[in-house]
Amino acid sequence: MTKVESRNTYRTGVDENGHFGLFGGRYVAETLMPLILDLEKAYNAAKDDPKFHAELADLHKHYVGRPSPLYLAARLTAHLGGAKIYFKREELNHTGSHKINNCLGQILIAMRMGKKRIIAETGAGQHGVATATVCARFGLKCVVYMGAKDIERQKPNVFRMRLLGAEVRPVTQGTGTLKDAMNEALRDWVANVADTYYLIGTAAGPHPYPTMVRDFQKVIGEEVRTQLHEMEGRLPDSLVAAVGGGSNAIGLFHPFLDDPSVKIFGVEAAGRGIDSGAHASSITGGSPGVLHGNRTYLLQDENGQITDAHSISAGLDYPGIGPEHSWLHEQGRVKYVPITDTEALASFQLCSRVEGILPALECAHALAYVEKIAPALPSDHLLVLNMSGRGDKDVFTIAEAMGEKL
Amino acid sequence: MNAMTDVSSRITRRFAKLKAEKRTGFVAFITANDPTPDVFHEIFHGLPGAGVDVIEIGMPFSDPMADGPSIQLSSQRSLKFNTSLKDVFAAVREFRKTDADMPIVLMGYYNPIYRMGPAKFAATAAEAGADGVIIVDLPPEEADELDVHLKANHLHFIFLTAPTSSDERLPAIVTRASGFLYYVAVAGITGTKSAEEGAVKAAVARLRRHTNLPVAVGFGIKTPEAARTIAAHCDAAVVGSAIVDVIAKGLNQSGQPEAGLAQKVLAFVKSMAQAVHGGQG
Repeated sequence: MTKVESRNTYRTGVDENGHFGLFGGRYVAETLMPLILDLEKAYNAAKDDPKFHAELADLHKHYVGRPSPLYLAARLTAHLGGAKIYFKREELNHTGSHKINNCLGQILIAMRMGKKRIIAETGAGQHGVATATVCARFGLKCVVYMGAKDIERQKPNVFRMRLLGAEVRPVTQGTGTLKDAMNEALRDWVANVADTYYLIGTAAGPHPYPTMVRDFQKVIGEEVRTQLHEMEGRLPDSLVAAVGGGSNAIGLFHPFLDDPSVKIFGVEAAGRGIDSGAHASSITGGSPGVLHGNRTYLLQDENGQITDAHSISAGLDYPGIGPEHSWLHEQGRVKYVPITDTEALASFQLCSRVEGILPALECAHALAYVEKIAPALPSDHLLVLNMSGRGDKDVFTIAEAMGEKL
Repeated sequence: MNAMTDVSSRITRRFAKLKAEKRTGFVAFITANDPTPDVFHEIFHGLPGAGVDVIEIGMPFSDPMADGPSIQLSSQRSLKFNTSLKDVFAAVREFRKTDADMPIVLMGYYNPIYRMGPAKFAATAAEAGADGVIIVDLPPEEADELDVHLKANHLHFIFLTAPTSSDERLPAIVTRASGFLYYVAVAGITGTKSAEEGAVKAAVARLRRHTNLPVAVGFGIKTPEAARTIAAHCDAAVVGSAIVDVIAKGLNQSGQPEAGLAQKVLAFVKSMAQAVHGGQG
């Protein structure tokens, strides 16, 4: 077991075996171990290759539309009457979320490794769409595993993936949600090791995925740093982002971890409330365990069986969280807080009416927390929220929750 | 090398006996409490009489990532009874009352063990009468925190090797492994593809260049014919999904076992055991 050492930086990343303190690691079957080690080598080589970075930067600019704007949400700020609220507009990226940042990075790695077939898991469908998109862009075969229950509640994204040429395979095992889709993707990978690359969508899974995905997402925080400096001449005071697996959050947080003046909040989905048991708050309502290749906070019973997560947001409906978040929680650097389905729905409607932006249900959780803290903060307090995805995909879910039939 | 090579362990004694008799061993896998605690009990206790040389008991897990549909479903059937590690230990303890010699290996995933605590797991497993463990998602890189407790309790740590395990990688595995080495004959999940004779023969020969441990081959042995073929090239053949499939086929629409299911399963196990034992005959 790796000893947690006191550090003077939160940004050095993992040790050589892929651990963030107690968390992370490589808990995979032997068949996959050699692949994970190959991937680590390929990623390290790419990281040191200026050509790789140049290619990615070019795609960011011309294909994704980066940098995404940092937007002063003036009406929401006035409405809440406290902190000055900025949105990092990741929902304006090509494909409508931050997921494309990671997919572009990983597809370039996959091609460097000579892989011809890409597999992915998806919950809300945003990662599936982003993966299908980059596969279409580079002419690679794409198979997306998606829980049968998620297929039902995210029909528009399922159709988008098919339009992009991907095969969407429904997963009926278990609860038919994201965790089961991830199990099936891992099974596919074990059976097709020679030609297949597993493009994991969040900052979780076996090392090197959590670090690699974070590295591909940290462009979010790096841009915020520059943009806010131009607009306000200083660092933000608070950062707020929704956390399922936690890729959009770690992308925003990471460049600020060593700035002690910046308070950081990760918002977990509390579903029908932590006490109800029907939630997806791994940190607030879970405990450390081992699943999907890493040690991290999980929802589990007293026997170590994984329990069902619940959230109105399919993107947060996962019983685990990325290992770096678990570590940042235990270090006390990031505060993780729960927001319920009901609170998120109310914030979705507020943001839509006040700012003319339909936030993804994931981001509506982060917004709900901003609503809680902003009014008590001074008007010179700079708060940045990661608007990581757009809410168009969620309109059917929201209509149903509001009792309306479309 | 360490306490695990102690000739007094049930596993080493069993493989020594098989070697002396020039026989290939037969390892049978069933999941604890599948399909019901009663039928499982009857199958478990009947395995020695059906010709099994080593028994592997599956510790069910909600998310068995390396397993195909057959063993996933068997885990789910078991978990309907809230089967816990304590229940698995109780079953082994009960078995030991009537059988002091049969090697028993516990197979599963790490999270339930981590939740219980590796120290308590190892101590209780040993006290109950288990002889070794296979933890699918604990490669050598992550094995230390369990290994120290297994060693302290004289339990074998049985490692998986795969077609993808390179010659560079094998030393790290075999130096930790004890009891026997498990070769995963197909790159894939349990119970799907079929093991191919030529590839298995070459793979076992490669493993023998790295270790003197007995080599058991599993994943993808579905029929007595396949068992006979593979058995000719290894020290033991492992059959899991094919046995579990016989259990699944013997359930009615509401999931209840039909009368005589345990006997039917044991008859299949016997046919597989005979095929394996004939392998080097």
